[in-house]
Amino acid sequence: MAIELKMPALSPTMEEGTLAKWLKQEGDEIVAGDIIAEIETDKATMEFEAVDEGTLGKILVEEGTEGVKVGTVIAMLAGEGEDASAIEAPAASNEIEDVPGEGKDVGREPSEAEITKPKARTDVRDPEVPEGTSFTATSVREALRDGMAEEMRRDDRVFVMGEEVAEYQGAYKVTQGLLDEFGPKRVIDTPITEYGFAGIGTGAAMGGLRPIVEFMTFNFAMQAIDHIINSAAKTNYMSGGQMRCPVVFRGPNGAASRVAAQHSQNFGPWYASVPGLIVIAPYDSADAKGLMKAAIRSEDPVVFLENELVYGRSFDVPDMDDYVLPIGKARIMREGSDVTIVAYSIAVGLALEAADELAGEGINAEVIDLRTLRPLDKEAVLASLAKTNRLVIAEEGWPTCSIASEIIAICMEDGFDHLDAPVTRVCDEDVPLPYAANLEKLALIDTPRIVDAVKKVCYRD
Amino acid sequence: MAKAPKGKKTKTKSPAEDQDFVLHSLQEALEKKRRFDASEEQLLHFYEQMLLIRRFEERAGQLYGLGLIGGFCHLYIGQEAVAVGLQSALTEGLDSVITGYRDHGHMLAYGIDPKVIMAELTGREAGISKGKGGSMHMFSTEHKFYGGHGIVGAQVSLGGGLALAHQYNDDGGLCLAYFGDGAANQGQVYETMNMAALWKLPIVFVVENNQYAMGTAVGRSSAETEFYRRGTAFRIPGMDVNGMDVLEVRQAAEIAFAHVREGKGPVLMECNTYRYRGHSMSDPAKYRTREEVQDVREHKDPIEGLKKLLLEQGKSEDDLKAIDKDIRKIVSEAADFAENSPEPEPGELYTDVLVEEY
Repeated sequence: MAIELKMPALSPTMEEGTLAKWLKQEGDEIVAGDIIAEIETDKATMEFEAVDEGTLGKILVEEGTEGVKVGTVIAMLAGEGEDASAIEAPAASNEIEDVPGEGKDVGREPSEAEITKPKARTDVRDPEVPEGTSFTATSVREALRDGMAEEMRRDDRVFVMGEEVAEYQGAYKVTQGLLDEFGPKRVIDTPITEYGFAGIGTGAAMGGLRPIVEFMTFNFAMQAIDHIINSAAKTNYMSGGQMRCPVVFRGPNGAASRVAAQHSQNFGPWYASVPGLIVIAPYDSADAKGLMKAAIRSEDPVVFLENELVYGRSFDVPDMDDYVLPIGKARIMREGSDVTIVAYSIAVGLALEAADELAGEGINAEVIDLRTLRPLDKEAVLASLAKTNRLVIAEEGWPTCSIASEIIAICMEDGFDHLDAPVTRVCDEDVPLPYAANLEKLALIDTPRIVDAVKKVCYRD
Repeated sequence: MAKAPKGKKTKTKSPAEDQDFVLHSLQEALEKKRRFDASEEQLLHFYEQMLLIRRFEERAGQLYGLGLIGGFCHLYIGQEAVAVGLQSALTEGLDSVITGYRDHGHMLAYGIDPKVIMAELTGREAGISKGKGGSMHMFSTEHKFYGGHGIVGAQVSLGGGLALAHQYNDDGGLCLAYFGDGAANQGQVYETMNMAALWKLPIVFVVENNQYAMGTAVGRSSAETEFYRRGTAFRIPGMDVNGMDVLEVRQAAEIAFAHVREGKGPVLMECNTYRYRGHSMSDPAKYRTREEVQDVREHKDPIEGLKKLLLEQGKSEDDLKAIDKDIRKIVSEAADFAENSPEPEPGELYTDVLVEEY
């Protein structure tokens, strides 16, 4: 059987080229690897290498021909035992068939199968806290630690790694006591080498463990963001569901106090934009614990954003054996009827303060804590909007391309008919965080700004 | 051009006097005996595997030329002895392997069905990643092959994590983490070496030095081109291996794996090899001469080298031709399969983004 030699595509975008030169002539013996011809594209001159063996029969496109379309038969190759001189050019025209790379669903019958985006589960909610359950006032710091410790007791595959997590007991004392209980095998101090240890943690998850990778702060995770996004988030998809990556990246996020621009930034919107990641940013202690446990149990990679300024605050945690919260579900922190304030992380506290103040002025605000930033609980936001018809987002972070922007888009796309006023965002100022105390205060979101925005959407100012 | 293996270093101290002895001990073991004593069966197996990779990659290049494979496609032609020599020494089902984007050869060396690899290259439903990964993103957790990673150097720290999992589970396994001479300049490689040595992780770092980081010759990008020395700062012993000789690679693997399995921590192995084709399919490879490529092909080719040995040992040309014929058949079937399998259902667009439902 004679083999057709076709004009090759030598780059992903090449459609045609010039057959610059034949390096083999009719009748020449060819072995795999021989350079048969030189082909010029708009970018470069490339060599056309033989894959098959045989004798070069007819040359169908003379050298120097320009504009030869990819796929055109340019020569015939006679196989073993064939007479090269007897080979005829293919009878077919030089018309090029569709190539599969063009995304034309080659080889598959046209199907009615719809592209369905995954729907949010409606059958999950926070666990019932039985009547009579006692509560213990717990700091967010301790709640996070308790969540980790419980999961480490439950599952041997869970371990913690990061800078100062073991002997130092955690730079912010979140891992306090874990080394004593679980030993150095499961509580691992790393060198200051975020890219490397984020990769090691991610690889360990691929290898079947359940790593919790602590970043001393998420500012330093930027050195490691490649592993969070390219290695962890995309693995399951790229492998067709074969390779999971159940890792938790956690640490404080957002502005701390007087540490200036490089140490003060909310990365929530960055991670929340990435398909394949779960992004959690709790506010109070019960949520911190319940969502930490859920994050560790999740089969998906989780970015768990804490807040340094909230670590020391104390909130009630129910005294329950296994308090696990659903991921992807917002929480109504305060019911109201006049306006909705959507917030997450530290801004929830500000929103609750604002709601108290507004109540004194006769405005009954509902406060929603998103808790999870990805997948975002659209339904909860829209349900509240349908009730109050007014919505303000409070976010400790920059306004541009923020979670606030996303909430506004959701309200515009799916809640437009319910809106009685423009959705408004209250964020930090759009500047790197300044050091000077007065400037820092000016730059950061605060309660009065939320109060003002709420009054504005209620047309009360 | 592939470097000749280094000459024997002059030793001035006895191991007992030389506290750095461990840094050289593996190389010395290799220099004492450079080639693995393979049985006839093993030799034939190496030959078949290398030939399968060669023919598969040639065909992949051809399918790329026909527009059946898109995007980036990095061929392994010329480097076959590295994957085959090393992976033949692994304990199947125990040890793990991870590599970069030039990954077809490593998968084939595992005995993974060429059909599902080729079908991934053509972006079909039957591909090993269901057509969602492509040439650079292929995985087989069944074989403990963890990819297939497109970010230069990322696989090295991920490999550190796989090694940590072996150590954590105390399963006796090791991780083989391949990277190129280009990736060898990435910072995370050294971050990982530091931790691997600190924690004595069971990992073999393998630099596949094919002499060019895309279009940049090693001498133009690397202050230290003897990559096996680069672990010295972390007290990781290095090995300098002729990556064009499958028996030398295998012998080096035996030495390195034994060291790692004894709990002595990582090894850094440099396999000097050569890539015949461009960096990817769209690379015209103008940064080197045709003569340079031809010289390696004629004098150092790993498949031709082994073929010569097989002929010397009494195999006939016809025997080897028959193998070649079988391999061509396998590759043709893989190509047909890859060409005729359907593309993924549109409904697959949103599957596998997350494992769980929330």
